[in-house]
Amino acid sequence: MTPDPQGAPHLAVTDGGLFSTLQDAGRFGYQRFGISGSGAMDPPAMRLANALVGNPPGTAIVEMTMTGLAFTVVADTCRIALAGAEMALTINGRPAEPLQAHDLARGDRVAIGRARTGMRACLAIAGGLDVAPVLGSISTHTRSGLGGLDGGPLRPGTVLPLRGGGAGPLLRQGRRHLAPAEGPLRVVLGPQADAFTPAGLATFLSATYTLSTRADRMGCQLEGPAIEHAAGFNIVSDGIANGSVQVPGHGRPIVLLADRQSTGGYPKIATVIGPDLGRLAQLRPGDTLSFTAIDAREAAEAARRAAAALEAAIAAMEPVVLGTAALSSERLLGLNLVSGVASAAHDPFCPHPPSHPS
Amino acid sequence: MTLKDPTFPRLLDAGESGLVVEFGDGIDETANARVIALDRALAAAAIEGVREAVPTYRSLLILFDPLVVDRAALAGRVRALETAPGAEAAGTLWRVPVLYGGAHGVDLEAVASQHGLTPDELVALHAGALYRVYMIGFAPGFAYLGGLPERLHTSRRTDPRPKTPPRSVSIGGRQAAVSPPIEVPSGWHLLGQTPVRSYDPGREKPFLFAPGDTIRFTPIDAGAYRDMLAAAEAGEMVATPETMPVPSSAGGAHDA
Repeated sequence: MTPDPQGAPHLAVTDGGLFSTLQDAGRFGYQRFGISGSGAMDPPAMRLANALVGNPPGTAIVEMTMTGLAFTVVADTCRIALAGAEMALTINGRPAEPLQAHDLARGDRVAIGRARTGMRACLAIAGGLDVAPVLGSISTHTRSGLGGLDGGPLRPGTVLPLRGGGAGPLLRQGRRHLAPAEGPLRVVLGPQADAFTPAGLATFLSATYTLSTRADRMGCQLEGPAIEHAAGFNIVSDGIANGSVQVPGHGRPIVLLADRQSTGGYPKIATVIGPDLGRLAQLRPGDTLSFTAIDAREAAEAARRAAAALEAAIAAMEPVVLGTAALSSERLLGLNLVSGVASAAHDPFCPHPPSHPS
Repeated sequence: MTLKDPTFPRLLDAGESGLVVEFGDGIDETANARVIALDRALAAAAIEGVREAVPTYRSLLILFDPLVVDRAALAGRVRALETAPGAEAAGTLWRVPVLYGGAHGVDLEAVASQHGLTPDELVALHAGALYRVYMIGFAPGFAYLGGLPERLHTSRRTDPRPKTPPRSVSIGGRQAAVSPPIEVPSGWHLLGQTPVRSYDPGREKPFLFAPGDTIRFTPIDAGAYRDMLAAAEAGEMVATPETMPVPSSAGGAHDA
């Protein structure tokens, strides 16, 4: 093999987007040492993106927030796919189908635009990235400068080294999509539900909250009615789970997420269940949400159902038939861009087409 | 050690994949010892589906995969482990060098005068005590210590600092702490700085201190500090570990 004249195969990032980091399933076993778990904020989106390019679950992806990456392919070949928030994808300036894998060639320029809906998208690369894990994970925790390439977000000039991969048929999302979930976010009350008055608990479970602008990978501050504490708001610091809803002195809840601190000293009224964390990750500041309580047994059952639905969606992925569906959608989108009118009902970027059988 | 508050331990839910075993609601050594004993027993039991455990002052957060281990089954195992007679395993005794005062501990003189002590008397008191590592949390490798002599109990600052120097040795309320080599926000009083890097992801042993360990501070001068800092930055531990001479039947949990 002749050595690559431009160095090892990589993606050359020309625009890092608003906030893009490398994430995988997270960093396990170190929360006892004050290390955040981190990991993808929308794990099903990560799983879908990885499945589309044939990666095992938990392969590190690029998680993008609100706006996506732009990069040039510096490799003979590279297969990519997007999932999660609907970010417009172009390859060499031409719109490309979301929710399907794309094979790229050396010199191809990829631009991932602004999210139309949702907040975070995952970019999976076949074979994954050639990045050394730190404490068992590639996930980036920017607050402590841990993981990723240098502990920080991707920026122009970042080099994403490729491991290489992408054999097998190009896949696209099949008819059995993950149905977009609706309704209140499900929580299990506790571990410190007894730190609140009955009125405080009732407020929490009946109020409509708004996601504030203070929302990031660490957690999201919610605006809305204050939740009444029973007696004070200091507890002896203890461990914090992903989805923990803590209520500081001001009474407004904060949902702690992937990059949360390992321990904290505010009472935690409830925990958002795992299957609903991906939905929360896709909310934007200004979006509203509410909570409903289920017990731990029901929550485990919900987790089982969510895992099964995800596996079914992956099993239903199908090979891309080049020259038909992809081309017609591309043409349709091109027309929409030219006319400046895009009908939502025929939006080829919609990742959740009507779930009713057509 | 056999006297137990009948209301504890309490098993509390943290979602569908977290179980909190709470041994008390305050900061005391007995509850913390039970947390650490359960943590070690749980590690030794190697229950399938248990992802990790987070020992804190008075509770153990157990994170598990509900698709692998049922909550009720896990709770049963935990209760059995908790009531089994466990050996109080020995922690490690760490001698941690500290350069006290000056630019390295900007609050030392004020704290000393607040307690009617000279700076030297304060240092002698602070370095004369044995501290228990209750937990590591808040930031990577940040060690919360109990055992601060009562004479040095000091209310936290009314104006927390948004940043404190890396490797600070501080006190707040009746607690003491050692910072990792990271600037953290803190309302605690800064007494000194250690060359020890309690956290270094590139080192063979990334974390030095673990809950249940004991720390003793040793005053050093500026020259020793400089040399030890250079050694620490080159990857040496600098702090000297000694195993406490107690038979350990539940080892292993410390090696994580």
